[in-house]
Amino acid sequence: MNEGARIFLIVLSAILVNNFVLQRFLGICPFLGVSKKIDTAVGMSIAVLFVMVLASTIVWFIDRLLIALNITFLRTIVFILVIATLVQFVEIFLKKSSPSLYEALGIYLPLITTNCAILGLALLNVQMEYNLLETVFNSLGAALGFGLALIVFASIRERLELEEIPQSFQGLANALITAGLVSMAFMGFQGLVKI
Amino acid sequence: MANTFADFTKGILKENPTYVQALGMCPTLATTTSAINGLGMGLATLAVLTMSNVVVSLVRKFIPEKVRIPAYIVIIASFVTIVDLLMHGFTYDLWKTLGLFIPLIVVNCIILGRAEAFASKNGVFRSLLDGLGMGVGFTLSLLLLGSIRELLGNGTIFGIKVWGDAFKLFMMILPPGAYIVLGLLAGLFNFIGIKRKAKIKG
Repeated sequence: MNEGARIFLIVLSAILVNNFVLQRFLGICPFLGVSKKIDTAVGMSIAVLFVMVLASTIVWFIDRLLIALNITFLRTIVFILVIATLVQFVEIFLKKSSPSLYEALGIYLPLITTNCAILGLALLNVQMEYNLLETVFNSLGAALGFGLALIVFASIRERLELEEIPQSFQGLANALITAGLVSMAFMGFQGLVKI
Repeated sequence: MANTFADFTKGILKENPTYVQALGMCPTLATTTSAINGLGMGLATLAVLTMSNVVVSLVRKFIPEKVRIPAYIVIIASFVTIVDLLMHGFTYDLWKTLGLFIPLIVVNCIILGRAEAFASKNGVFRSLLDGLGMGVGFTLSLLLLGSIRELLGNGTIFGIKVWGDAFKLFMMILPPGAYIVLGLLAGLFNFIGIKRKAKIKG
């Protein structure tokens, strides 16, 4: 298989088959938290896309350093610090250079630090021993998959707002069962891509 | 004394991290494919939560207000690394099944949440009890969810045959099953909560 096809399969598999939210259970907090409206879902997806690609690329370089120094057992600590610092930098940078984007992303940026999808992705890329190009595209796919799931889910929830739901199942319970059904639909992609 | 005891018990039912506060959803959904996995994840989180609560409480007066969150994260990440290495050494099979979710205990919102909301404001002993209580509450939630999923999906609990092959819903072990079982449980807890409130009101 040539390199281009392999990259394409990595992206496709990250979006559909191993969808971060629906199959791997990463980033559930923002998935349940900001999915009440499509607007906020789109804002969050863009913020995640931005930080995910940037963070995993930088983490890839830092991981080379950890391997060279033979201290890979410190990965968890180093990665989370890098991600937290990066999010802070991005926030400061955007505030100065692109206030409109900063306004649009609003509160979603700081929230991303505790989004386990970012750290999870960084660790996954390292575990899979992806090279730089594969890391970038896998992150892109993962972020697009996150966005897809979030926006689909937000659209369903907007509709459900108008329905009458038994009192005990309002809120979290209803959201989880809906997510289960969306996840079931995504199971249909299983076996689509084999790497 | 009653107050101290309440620090421990509140995490189990009244402020249960999973069903009441809806925190730490990722490991809850991902690792409860069987009772033993749920229990393992719960205990690992319990250990990290208790130790980080104690240390955060110990150093709470030395850490400047502005850098407290990064400081807490470093403390938590250190304990997660310790637990990760210990589990790799002593419970290798469990370590392999839980995989990615052991390092991800770092970003479990329960732990940072308790450090910020409780341990940074209270003494060591109370923080210890709070950590233990929340940890036990989390462990019990995961154990319950794991047992139900294993029973429905595989007919067993802790690998012990209950009805075996007579009834199997394989879906329950797969990701959709996690969402649906947890959703139904959250609904049930809400239902009980509403009934109890109605009773108190008379």
